[in-house]
Amino acid sequence: MELLDYAFMQRALLAAVLVGVTAPAIGVYLVQRRQALMGDGIGHVAMTGVGLGFLLSWSPVWMAALISVLGAVLMELVRWYARTRGDIALAMLFYGGMAGGVMFTSLAPGGSTSNLSTYLFGSLTTVSPSDVTAICVLAAFVVLVTVGLRRQLFAVSQDEEFARVTGLPVRFLNLLTAVTAAVTVSVAMRVVGLLLVSALMVVPVAAAQQLTRSFAATFAVAVAIGVSVAVGGTVTSYYQDVPPGATIVLLTIGAFLLLTALAAPLARRRARAAAAARPGPDPAECSIPASRPADGKVGV
Amino acid sequence: MTAEPVITLRGVRAELGSRPVLRGIDLTVRRGEVVALLGANGSGKSTAVRSVIGQVPVTAGEIELFGTPQRRFRDWARVGYVPQRTTAAGGVPATVTEIVSAGRLARTRFGLFRKADREAVRRALELVGMADRADDSADALSGGQHQRVLIARALAAEPDLLIMDEPMAGVDLASQEVLADTLRTQVERGTTVLLVLHELGPLEPLIDRAVVLRDGCVLHDGPPPKAVGQHALPGHDHVHPHAPADAGPIRTGLLS
Repeated sequence: MELLDYAFMQRALLAAVLVGVTAPAIGVYLVQRRQALMGDGIGHVAMTGVGLGFLLSWSPVWMAALISVLGAVLMELVRWYARTRGDIALAMLFYGGMAGGVMFTSLAPGGSTSNLSTYLFGSLTTVSPSDVTAICVLAAFVVLVTVGLRRQLFAVSQDEEFARVTGLPVRFLNLLTAVTAAVTVSVAMRVVGLLLVSALMVVPVAAAQQLTRSFAATFAVAVAIGVSVAVGGTVTSYYQDVPPGATIVLLTIGAFLLLTALAAPLARRRARAAAAARPGPDPAECSIPASRPADGKVGV
Repeated sequence: MTAEPVITLRGVRAELGSRPVLRGIDLTVRRGEVVALLGANGSGKSTAVRSVIGQVPVTAGEIELFGTPQRRFRDWARVGYVPQRTTAAGGVPATVTEIVSAGRLARTRFGLFRKADREAVRRALELVGMADRADDSADALSGGQHQRVLIARALAAEPDLLIMDEPMAGVDLASQEVLADTLRTQVERGTTVLLVLHELGPLEPLIDRAVVLRDGCVLHDGPPPKAVGQHALPGHDHVHPHAPADAGPIRTGLLS
């Protein structure tokens, strides 16, 4: 494994593993609450953070984390207070975030939007040691929240109204979900890129669902798929000199198609096993006796 | 001798949009009572129970739970709520046990499940006759089985008060009987029950008192009304035979 000799590849692979764990871990709750595209929106908002990072010469990863957390909080506030006009407010937030990113980048000294493109689509060679520190700290937060509060987040994402009646702090948990998704976007930004990060939150979960029946199994399989495609995509990107973000996302979609193809025969086998386990024969045909009299005479 | 009130509504008014839905409701449910809220579509019965659990903001009047003003009430583990819903499934597959466990959270510290909590979930599933489906995905259940899971979720916290919004809507006959049995067991244990129904059906013998709403006002508060006409015929149980047992409810908009 000569690729491990290079320090930049060690950093890129470490970042890939952390992305593979964190993106599906928060994504499973977003899919459960049917907000699969939330990660995409946050990714757009994070562009402003990257642009501000260039402009102020601060770490773009930390700036993106800060701005996307603010954006996520704003999105949750919009969800509470502007029910009917919510989607329009969100659209303005997303495209405002994207425009802000391009604007701040071009205002930065020596800045051009080509600097931005490594953040939009991911890049292996540019993961710096300070990026790795930031990614590790942020990933630890994501894992702590998504695993430590799994029962609470499950309850809120499954049925918000019921969760409120059990006395759970629903608003706080919604806010925490949004903030965690924002942090995940910042973790994934360097490897997968802002525009593709949402795919790694959603597609592994969708792929895992083809095989699983429980939430816990879906979570575990989605993370396993996430780590496999993130590492696989990073290695492929090194050998073939193709963009890592695009490679990872295409691999993820490939995994989804493969598992979907495997799922149908698996479901059939499960159904057979369940039928065999059930007591008593399952009548194959209707056994309602014919109502016509036995002697065959039918009155006219 | 009267038991202490568990739910008290005094002059409660509520609006949806700007339309008044409750126009001054007075209602008291005492410990151990089984009270049915009846009324036509749009009479405000669902809004009334949703105001009790704080899901509908109240514009005037007072609500108390276990003698505490609802706004300061924190002991939600004592309240089991069954929403008007025909599906327990979210965007990700979940097993029956996982869904019912959500109802136990109120009794845990920081969501940590101990042996007693897992046993309570198991017992709740046994009560509704779904213990054999504990590890099945909720997607594989019929409408009636979904409803049984949602009731098990409410029972998992071992509540003193059970609030149910149309628990029989879209439920097949077998599940209706299981639900009536479950409710009977709970009532025998002293659980207070407030339920929204659009017909008394198989629950009729359990119900102590019926409160009938019309246009957001209490029309009748007393013994359950006797069935009349063909509703009183023996064997009339409002099961609609054209609905297959495993299909979802037929949403005509007339009954629900």
